[in-house]
Amino acid sequence: MKKYDVVTTISYPKIGAMGKTGSWRVFKPIFDKAKCVKCLRCWIFCPEASIKREKDDTISIDYEYCKGCGICANECKVKAITMEREGEKK
Amino acid sequence: MTIMIDTGNYIAAKAAVMAKPDVVPAYPITPQTTLVEGIANYVGTGEFKGEYICVESEHSAMCACIGASAAGSRTFTGTSSHGLLLMHEMLHWAALARLPVVMCNINRVVGPGWNIWTDENDSISQRDTGWIQFYCSSNQEIFDTVIQAFKLAEHKNVGLPVMISYNAFILSHTSMPVEIPEQQVVDDFLGKYVPQWKLDVDNPITFGNIIGPSDYYKVRRAMQDAQDNAKKLIPQIAKEWKQKSGFYHGDLLELYKCNDAEYILLAMGAIGAESKVAIDEMQKKGIKIGLARVRTFRPFPTEEILKLGKQADLIVIDRNISIGLEGALFTEVKAALYGKSDAKVHGFIAGLGGKDVPYTDVETICKKAIDGKAKEYEWYGLEEA
Amino acid sequence: MAIKDLPVEEYILQGSAACPGCPATMALRMVFKAFGKNMVMVVPACCTAVIESLYPNTSFNIPVMNIAFEAAAAGASGVEAALRVQGKKDTTVVAWAGDGGTYDIGIQALSGALERGTNFIYICYNNQIYSNTGIQRSGATPYAAWTTTTVGGKTEFRKEMGDIVRAHHIPYSAQTCISYPDDFYRKLKKAQSIKGPKYIEIMAPCPPGWRFSMEKTVEMGRMAVETGAWTLYECENDVMTFNGKSKLILEKKIQRKPMEDWIKYQGRFGHLFKPTKDTKRIQALEDHIDLIWERYRECYL
Repeated sequence: MKKYDVVTTISYPKIGAMGKTGSWRVFKPIFDKAKCVKCLRCWIFCPEASIKREKDDTISIDYEYCKGCGICANECKVKAITMEREGEKK
Repeated sequence: MTIMIDTGNYIAAKAAVMAKPDVVPAYPITPQTTLVEGIANYVGTGEFKGEYICVESEHSAMCACIGASAAGSRTFTGTSSHGLLLMHEMLHWAALARLPVVMCNINRVVGPGWNIWTDENDSISQRDTGWIQFYCSSNQEIFDTVIQAFKLAEHKNVGLPVMISYNAFILSHTSMPVEIPEQQVVDDFLGKYVPQWKLDVDNPITFGNIIGPSDYYKVRRAMQDAQDNAKKLIPQIAKEWKQKSGFYHGDLLELYKCNDAEYILLAMGAIGAESKVAIDEMQKKGIKIGLARVRTFRPFPTEEILKLGKQADLIVIDRNISIGLEGALFTEVKAALYGKSDAKVHGFIAGLGGKDVPYTDVETICKKAIDGKAKEYEWYGLEEA
Repeated sequence: MAIKDLPVEEYILQGSAACPGCPATMALRMVFKAFGKNMVMVVPACCTAVIESLYPNTSFNIPVMNIAFEAAAAGASGVEAALRVQGKKDTTVVAWAGDGGTYDIGIQALSGALERGTNFIYICYNNQIYSNTGIQRSGATPYAAWTTTTVGGKTEFRKEMGDIVRAHHIPYSAQTCISYPDDFYRKLKKAQSIKGPKYIEIMAPCPPGWRFSMEKTVEMGRMAVETGAWTLYECENDVMTFNGKSKLILEKKIQRKPMEDWIKYQGRFGHLFKPTKDTKRIQALEDHIDLIWERYRECYL
């Protein structure tokens, strides 16, 4: 990455530009691999790119950045993702 | 070298095309129109090889300049009066983005009512946008300043947009002989444009996102530093141009017969040129008066004016008015002297609305000040029909 | 194209400033997947200027230029011209603006760029409000919707931006929705394959702006299409094609769902249900949608 000397509003790409946004989460998506049918709807609809597509087309969730919106759970047709309140274990 | 006898606008078009901008967004407005038509003619002849974009407003003209410049291209445009005012927001944007856009502004009255004659309120009201501002008084000066403006704007220690202003009709539509150097001379002088930053798919950056107070403060300071650098570079670049082309237009103030002067007149643009005749006439009558024509309004020649203030009393003619105060040059001249000079400073408003200011009027103004008959600040010629 | 065939590359970096459940970020991911890194994006004032995150960092891994609110299309014209002069003709130039920046303040620059044939893709992500400034009415806000500037509900119907765009007879324009990734991706790729000005508008339901629960973003988009409140279509060289469920609604192969099914989830229409049901205004919404579809059928069936 080349940095420019001129002083103006030039910003450079960074993962976590606003920090670890996983801390914003109130509800946490829990993935049940056994139920997953590999449709990848959760992956494509995740606004945060925080659902990682695995080689076998199942997924994993990056809790460091997942903001807990719950779209993945809402869009999963087989309920392989459920939302639970942070800090509470079912 | 060839002699081209043509109007200020066609001379500006010639200069702009010789600087080889990559992109020229254009929108017509009287009295700028023949400038963009002039460039369009060079598109027709094949002499202009860049992209000529017929935009749908001056606002979009400046936006397109910003986009093209940010993408790493040399850009030029021209405007006047209401067009310049419509650009206002984007003038700030270009300067804050540190993009070396070069633009001619033909000084024209602001409406209502509609009036296409000259005064300088359009560009003076853009003085705080961060643009470097030149005011020309001849077509040769327009040519040389446009060429030099690219060099200055693109200099690594500047990186600011430059506005070259000249008076409607008095210069824009008046033919004068201008010496035009060979293309190679301009090419050698300007060199290849090296952008200070650009939109680059191989080095992705985001320009202009949200910035906090402390960082924004630094951006503003860097702009000030760039203007200060420009102050030193303007004469240097002009000297370099003189070596290549033979003409020198490079002082922040063009001094005319100021040696031993007890009074010095300050004026800009066409009044500055007209004033030379008045100075000659007054000197013939034994009055020790000289002229300092202000070429750069931003950066403002503070030190140079202070020097004059230590030598002589000053008379300022403004073809603009900051309503609620006084002429902008008058204010700024006084600020330059503040606490460091005892010179008397007289301010006159003249020529608003395109009202003619012949050298005889300039002489009358100066005599009134010298004879102690003028107030500190007054409007000249109001009572006339 | 099946979801599994969509590119895995991401140019939105995790940890951005977007609200949870943001449709704009979802849409941006898709745009970047479609166009890859050989693109330049011009962004006027809109939520995306925030989503990019704070200087000196950015969450976007492609070159982005922010520009003033009304300026996206004009700025993109300059970028496009510059890249063309530099011989970089394969770089996709995208103007990416909200509905405020498109329907209202940016319409002049957009119209100018479309008319003069700028080779770029203008994308409007339409959340039917000025969301970045805190939910004010725009020309895209539907009738009866609450915003902070239409406190009792908007008294006018939204304008048809698609019609205005099509009046420029550009080679390609389309409407899509974040809820239909296959439709969305296909239209992006189609636009990229065509020279000249292209316009794509995306229905982008905004959880805080519309006052619905953030897990329902995709659902709200889907319902917008199923109720006929939003239409999936594309127009190539003046030939209109309706897509997906919109095609079925057009051909009356399915009934559109009642507006009530969609608006009852949105707090911005809450005043139509409480304290008493405002059947008059709900009916006005229904009638307006019917009118739009009758117009479509007259013109395009």
